[in-house]
Amino acid sequence: MQTNDAQIVAENITIAYGDFVVQRDLNFTVNRGDIFIIMGGSGCGKSTLLKTMIGLKEPSTGDIYYDGVPFWVSSAKDRDNMKRKFGTLFQSGALWSSMTLAENIGLALKQYTSLSDAEIREVAAYKLMLVGLAGFEDYYPNEISGGMKKRAGLARAMALDPDILFFDEPSAGLDPISAKLLDDLILELRDSLGTTVVVVTHELASIFAIGNNSVFLDPDTKTQLATGNPCEMRDHHPNEVVRNFLRRGVAEVNAA
Amino acid sequence: MDAALTCNDTTDDSLAITLSGDWMLGSALPNVDPVLAKLSATLRPAAIRFDATALGDWDTGLVAALVAIRRGAEANDVLLDDGGLPDGARQLVALAFAVKEREGARRLRKDQGFLEVVGEKILRVVERSRDLLGFVGELVLSFGRLFRGKATYLRSDLTQHIQEAGAEALPIVSLISFLIGMIFAFVGVMQLNNFGAGIYTADLVAVAMVREMAPIMTAIIMAGRTGAAYAAQIGTMKVNEEVDALTTLGMHPIDFLVTPRVLALVVMMPLLTMYGSLMGILGGAAVGLAMLDASLVQYTTQTVNSVGLNSLLGGLFKSIVYGSLVAIAGCQQGMACGNSAMAVGQSTTRAVVMGIVLIVVSAAVLTVIYINLGI
Repeated sequence: MQTNDAQIVAENITIAYGDFVVQRDLNFTVNRGDIFIIMGGSGCGKSTLLKTMIGLKEPSTGDIYYDGVPFWVSSAKDRDNMKRKFGTLFQSGALWSSMTLAENIGLALKQYTSLSDAEIREVAAYKLMLVGLAGFEDYYPNEISGGMKKRAGLARAMALDPDILFFDEPSAGLDPISAKLLDDLILELRDSLGTTVVVVTHELASIFAIGNNSVFLDPDTKTQLATGNPCEMRDHHPNEVVRNFLRRGVAEVNAA
Repeated sequence: MDAALTCNDTTDDSLAITLSGDWMLGSALPNVDPVLAKLSATLRPAAIRFDATALGDWDTGLVAALVAIRRGAEANDVLLDDGGLPDGARQLVALAFAVKEREGARRLRKDQGFLEVVGEKILRVVERSRDLLGFVGELVLSFGRLFRGKATYLRSDLTQHIQEAGAEALPIVSLISFLIGMIFAFVGVMQLNNFGAGIYTADLVAVAMVREMAPIMTAIIMAGRTGAAYAAQIGTMKVNEEVDALTTLGMHPIDFLVTPRVLALVVMMPLLTMYGSLMGILGGAAVGLAMLDASLVQYTTQTVNSVGLNSLLGGLFKSIVYGSLVAIAGCQQGMACGNSAMAVGQSTTRAVVMGIVLIVVSAAVLTVIYINLGI
């Protein structure tokens, strides 16, 4: 169900820590059903941009519009309501360590729905099955491996059936096969639930496998160099920095 | 063979640097300053050449010297011909200069004067106090939500915090209070017996424990035990992005993490203090009965008559104040924790220090208030 209406619009975003500007003048549009990649070299502010999008770091100028509603100028209460439509998978999973996986997933449900405890547990079990962790309801986060933590984090991010899923470096620290499985899972979620997905990553394999829209952040000029489909950017983008990044720096071969 | 470096001016206005011997870290390496001095002199050579035919083994010791020379050459527009160097060293030097220094990346180290250092520290203290006040404000709002039933927290969390800050603290509170009571009784018996007033030891122990010692000792124990634990727990959650995960779900981390902890400690502190008073009085009685010619009934009557309701309530009020200060210090430091393992350690230390300072300062203030109120 891929339609072409804009769901997230970033307008003139500038992000700074004090006087230190991380990125300036970011403008991009994410359409409903997109898998949108935020890419760029290490330290260019990808994760910081994600933090701005999910409401953890206020931009110094500009705003992000979700379905036409500006996020940062809205009141804190409206922002909280908008945030409920987001699901976020943090880099290390960020599962609450004092709770079991089922409780981790159930917390938001308990808070924002009127489901009974038994129903919540059932939903939690179902979400864990979706990410391939059936039967792990009563495990604590420190009892499972890093890849499983990520998948459990994804199950938690999906607890409230979010409109938009945010991923911070989903494949970091995963072996190639687990990373591939996670990519497949992201694609399936998009196709079956119609969720819009925003992914911060610099894994080229993932970028081409899942992304159909993207923004490229450059640490030197501190702004975006390109936005659009990553495959097209690799083949046709006029800027050499962008092409080199997407080709792992391999110079262009003359296809005579 | 020892490393050596000689440099000679040649006829074609260049500097010939001859490297010989083993240039290994840890052996005596020659100084490159004379070369650098020649490079920045007014009459400087136009180029540098190297002769490394007599060079033996080398490691970073050689490359670091070459990097210094190259940097000097570039700063003074002197051509550097590295053809005479071994291939490996040439590549390593080239690698070091391959990526240009990022503009503005280097930190300029400046010497600070005494006044500047003092000023900065004071500003930081002011800033911290402001953070603490802001935190207290948020906490008040959060308690408002809690009493209106709008706060998100897990009841199981709250009961666990109560368990940890209450029942699990009993052994250490028992031990410390009992011993403090015994110490007071020892001092009392020794001094008061000189005036034949040994039986007033019972008064001394009871009044001291109930009014001052039990609240303050329990608070200090809880600062080291529970305040530190709060800072470390919340700080680790911060490092692990668990706090961010709460925020992104639209939940208030203060409601979820801080308020239940503060509540647990504030509710448990008066109970622990009362228990501590009792243990102290028992400790005092053990010593008093052993060292005085007093019967159990006499000692008990003396104790009961010495402690009025005012003393008891005054002590309990103090314990509530201390308990909230310890919990606030612990949680505030946890929430203000930076993003590294070291930051968690610093927060924990600061939580304990801040907790104890706040306890002592508020004890002094409360004592003055009590005296003026005649309690």
